[in-house]
Amino acid sequence: MIALAGASALIIVWVLYTIFLHVPDEKDQGAIFRIIYFHVPSAMTAAACALAAFIASLLYLWRRDLRYDAVAVSVTEGALLFGAVVLVTGMIWARIIWGIWWTWDARLTSTLVSWLMYAGYLMLRRAVEEPTERARNSAVLSIFIFPGVYITWKSIEWWRTQHPGPVLSIRSGGGMAPGMESPIYINLLALLCLAAVLAMLRYNQEKRRRELDSLRRTVHAI
Amino acid sequence: MIPRREAIVDERNFAYMFYGFSAAWALVAAYIISLVLRERRIRSEMEALRRMIESAKE
Repeated sequence: MIALAGASALIIVWVLYTIFLHVPDEKDQGAIFRIIYFHVPSAMTAAACALAAFIASLLYLWRRDLRYDAVAVSVTEGALLFGAVVLVTGMIWARIIWGIWWTWDARLTSTLVSWLMYAGYLMLRRAVEEPTERARNSAVLSIFIFPGVYITWKSIEWWRTQHPGPVLSIRSGGGMAPGMESPIYINLLALLCLAAVLAMLRYNQEKRRRELDSLRRTVHAI
Repeated sequence: MIPRREAIVDERNFAYMFYGFSAAWALVAAYIISLVLRERRIRSEMEALRRMIESAKE
């Protein structure tokens, strides 16, 4: 875990060094375009966390093992964190480039709706006391939320609204010079490492919480 | 020499870029702090419960 955290920190420092000292300002947007180096990798990291939550939820329903539930909640918090980073950095970029903080375009709206649904997932968990019932309900909800993440991902291809279309070459965008594009993928690696570290910490915490629940039951029994 | 209006736009552009990066890291930092606080709460509650169980056994 420490190695992953260290790798993530080193890569982030390298990315910051590269984007501030080697990547030039974009011709039309100027310095603000550099937000893309955190906005896009954060979006991909949030999507990866959501996919992991989806898989863990399916596994929970199949195996009925509470460890999968713990994985699901740990990565869902990562999806919410990186989703919040996407929304906030996107709004700050939009304020300069579009002149507005927010617009109800397809990508922005679907991102916000998915984010709110994952926030609802965490609220649901707080509302249900019994661990297996909580795990089952949360898993079902997580599986239902995930298609929203796919819709968000494809929204810039399906609906041409205000948000820019695909710019990365892996999505046939080709809107960036290769030297300007590579720090995005490298930062994605750093953020994935960071998300993995945070999820592991959260998973260990969830295990201790279960221990706490059993201690509470023992105290009640006494 | 950069015209005055362009210089102001560049300055604002740079400031907002800084806000964007700061906001991103502030969110990550806030989450890490929340994890640490939750961990402390769980540990202290566990200790209290263990003490209660020990004293009940005695």
